[in-house]
Amino acid sequence: MALSTAFYNTFFKRNSVYVTSIFAGAFAFGIGFDVAVSNVWDNWNRGKQWKDIRHKYQEADSE
Amino acid sequence: MLQRLPAAALSKAGAFSASRAVSPRVIRLSSARFASSSAASANVLQSLVYSRATLVSATLLATGSIAWYTHLYGTLPFIGEVHASSPAEVGLHPAAYPWSHKGWLDSYDHASIRRGYLVYKEVCAACHSLDRIAWRNLVGVSHTADEVKVLAEEVEYTDGPNDEGEMFQRPGKLSDYLPRPYANDEAARASNQGSLPPDLSLIVKARHGGADYLFSLLTGYVDPPAGVEIREGMNYNPYFPGGAIAMPRLLFDGVVEYDDGTPATTSQMAKDVSTFLSWAAEPEHDERKKIGIKAVILFSTLTALSLYVKRFKWSVIKNRKIVYNPPVDKTH
Repeated sequence: MALSTAFYNTFFKRNSVYVTSIFAGAFAFGIGFDVAVSNVWDNWNRGKQWKDIRHKYQEADSE
Repeated sequence: MLQRLPAAALSKAGAFSASRAVSPRVIRLSSARFASSSAASANVLQSLVYSRATLVSATLLATGSIAWYTHLYGTLPFIGEVHASSPAEVGLHPAAYPWSHKGWLDSYDHASIRRGYLVYKEVCAACHSLDRIAWRNLVGVSHTADEVKVLAEEVEYTDGPNDEGEMFQRPGKLSDYLPRPYANDEAARASNQGSLPPDLSLIVKARHGGADYLFSLLTGYVDPPAGVEIREGMNYNPYFPGGAIAMPRLLFDGVVEYDDGTPATTSQMAKDVSTFLSWAAEPEHDERKKIGIKAVILFSTLTALSLYVKRFKWSVIKNRKIVYNPPVDKTH
């Protein structure tokens, strides 16, 4: 009960805080989800993508 | 005579007979009739032979075996067919090869794309154009920007007009498209005995079987079988519709030399150039699959969520019990 009250007081009591937390949450979730899926993708396709073989051809460059 | 009819007919007859009440359980009625008229063992056999289950399973067996045969051999059994052409004349179907980018989560093998570009440049580009690919498209896919700049500068492009109103030649830039081997289709036909080497930009999408077909075609050159006559200047390839293809076999072991040390066998080159042309037809492939994963995860989560919310909101209504209390008549 105390936890839910704290939760309510933190996020739902003021509409400004509520809306802001939704926007911030969406932003954070978007980034986190992208990073998670990219990690899975890169792990699955290890050694096949351009970024995995780029170093072989870029050593001479100063980039 | 009735006994020779199948169960369904009997049950219909039973339903029509005037001495019996019309009942939904007609099968029981007809078997009850047998029980009264036949010996017990004959009755069991008879009811087995005439039962509806036997009829249904025999029908299913017959239909199923015909369907299986038709699926397996492509024609109905015992019905002869005559074709003017043989299946080989529309081209053999290619085998399904385990491409490195075949799975739902698989990206292209970019080392293979790089090798495939080399094969295209050294072998295919002599006749085939790749109109929809610009030099810049290779950057970050198979080559670094500096490498592509060098590749582009090797080619002269017509640009202009300049201050005097004349066209001039300049070395290629990243924004230029890959050069065409022939100025136009007519020139291509004139140089190839009337056959037009197709543009390869979308060839993987444009042919049945896609990359499997390309690989099979490139590695499938054989001597024509007995009775098949191939005209002068044509070549036999069972995977090509009609069998006669103007393109000769061009991939032989060691035709190109890969810079990553991969042995340049015929099948390796065919696989690499097929991967390269798959990329050329679908450059968005990797990003598309990545977005697809995200979409599947998000939309399935949202679907599950909405199903749960629906059940939750409806639970009150679905569990509602309506009790009818009849009014008590107070006059008595």
